[in-house]
Amino acid sequence: MNLKISMSKTNFNESLKKLEEKYKIYAPKNFPFAGKFSDIDLVRYAEVSTIEEMVFDKKSDFSPKEILLPQTETMFYFTEEEYKEPKVEEKGTLVFLKSCDLHSVKIFDEIYLKNKFSDIYYSQRRDKIKFVVVGCKTGFDSCFCASMGTNIPKNYNMGINIREDEVQLEILDEELKTNFQGQEKYFEIDKVVMNKIELNVPDEINLEDVINLDLWREYDKRCVACGKCNFVCPTCTCTTTQDIFYSENENTGERRRVWASCHVDGFTDMAGGHEFRKKHGDRMRFKTMHKIGDFKKRFGYHMCTGCGRCDDACPEYISFSNCIKKLTAILGGEDE
Amino acid sequence: MNNIYMPSPYKILDIQQVTNIEWLFKVEFDRADEINYGQFIQISIPKVGEAPISVTEFNSEEGWIEFLIRKVGKVTDVLFDLKAGDTLFLRGPYGNGFPFDEKYRDKHLVIVAGGSGCGPVRSMINAVHKKFESVKKMELILGFKDTNCIIFKDEIGSWQKENNLVLTVDKMCEGDSCDLGVNEGLVTQHVNKLDLSDIDDLEVVIVGPPMMMKFAAMEFEKHGVPEEKIWLSFERKMSCAVGKCGHCKINETYVCLEGPVFNYTKGKKLLD
Repeated sequence: MNLKISMSKTNFNESLKKLEEKYKIYAPKNFPFAGKFSDIDLVRYAEVSTIEEMVFDKKSDFSPKEILLPQTETMFYFTEEEYKEPKVEEKGTLVFLKSCDLHSVKIFDEIYLKNKFSDIYYSQRRDKIKFVVVGCKTGFDSCFCASMGTNIPKNYNMGINIREDEVQLEILDEELKTNFQGQEKYFEIDKVVMNKIELNVPDEINLEDVINLDLWREYDKRCVACGKCNFVCPTCTCTTTQDIFYSENENTGERRRVWASCHVDGFTDMAGGHEFRKKHGDRMRFKTMHKIGDFKKRFGYHMCTGCGRCDDACPEYISFSNCIKKLTAILGGEDE
Repeated sequence: MNNIYMPSPYKILDIQQVTNIEWLFKVEFDRADEINYGQFIQISIPKVGEAPISVTEFNSEEGWIEFLIRKVGKVTDVLFDLKAGDTLFLRGPYGNGFPFDEKYRDKHLVIVAGGSGCGPVRSMINAVHKKFESVKKMELILGFKDTNCIIFKDEIGSWQKENNLVLTVDKMCEGDSCDLGVNEGLVTQHVNKLDLSDIDDLEVVIVGPPMMMKFAAMEFEKHGVPEEKIWLSFERKMSCAVGKCGHCKINETYVCLEGPVFNYTKGKKLLD
């Protein structure tokens, strides 16, 4: 049974403090002047202790994926000829996130727990994470969650609405029920019903129908292959393995994996010089088809969650939702 | 749960130079019974990196595996400094390999390989040649840049004795010498030397550089060989080899999971 209660922010913070003994608590947090232009703040996931530190009235520039898959992760430590796995964090993790980002977790699970092999680094972390979905009423200008069906939260441990003078909690997780006490209250977790951007994403796109479109040639010049869209994307799961050795002692080192981008040069380069998808527009096509074509073919639903972060991040103002619109129109759909 | 990225240490048994840039590494391996022809292994050198390398030959009774390695990258550069007795780290085998049991057994098998493309098909050719596997007939076209680039010369000599084998080099240079009968021209120019009389019984395997595979497959199509009887083996950049890192993905296809061997019906659509 789920429990619905209301708490004052002070009491909520008290309960968070108790949870901090067992959990690392992550939420979007403001980093002053760390944004992409001078005088602009950056909002990204970090450890927080109070609800006042959490920023949900702005879209976080980066998604919570860095908790699921760190930007840089050590896979092995090398000492002489030994491969040693890093120690596993003992504390649990509590992540406050919006519905669109909660949906991206399922997509990460498909790649890192399934897709033929299960990844131990991911699964060890994933087993210890609990998700608190934070109600979202309107989304932001570049959002299109309703079109992607990620506006309705699913599979969460707790849901909250943050109000001026209270926090409304819907608690499903038994352990969390014992941690938060308040007055019973009837309410629903806020959901986005409609975004400013509405898309009709085709159910199925055949590669043959789109591979030679002129549409992609527009991006040959516009896209500068910086990869920001991939790094801010909550569902871009690609990584590159890197070995390093420590300059103080070359006998020791580590194997890491770091986020990779299919837009950035070198993603397909093989030893010996072969390279694929040289044109930036072809990289755009590859990413677009992954987000709204081939992932669905493999797992049954679209990869793109409609968070719109790629549009916000692009230095060339390329809009992914606009690209989907154009593609839908070309394929005879109802958009544009 | 076991860690799919954890490699195991194995001893290098022997290293042989086969051309100026290619060496044959024989490495101890206790899981050779799991290998299928055409699969690959992740070779790992701590503090340097990992690279996917085809298994060119294996022996489960004696417990070893062989790699044909060309000095082209970060990992292979370091490999060339190693000596017999040194340790390598391996994980795998990965990929599907050739569908010998399902498709090639007791058929007329044609194998066309170019340059280091001989690597992935060598174990299958040897298995057929030594009668460990049965086919109705095996014919081979092996192409190289020049006579200095010809690899596995001894084995080619022995394959030649029992099978129709066309050995060809792109261009014959002055002073080139080779004991084996060498032709000139691209592999596509020698397809007419094969017995293509009973196409129903035929299976064609083509392995080599992308352009060579493309034009060779088109040549067989011209001779009336249906697409579903042609097989290709792809090569891609990989980091993980287990469907996570995304580097080898061609559109919807993970080369590490669904490849590296593809039927031409699928392979011809793997465009980038």
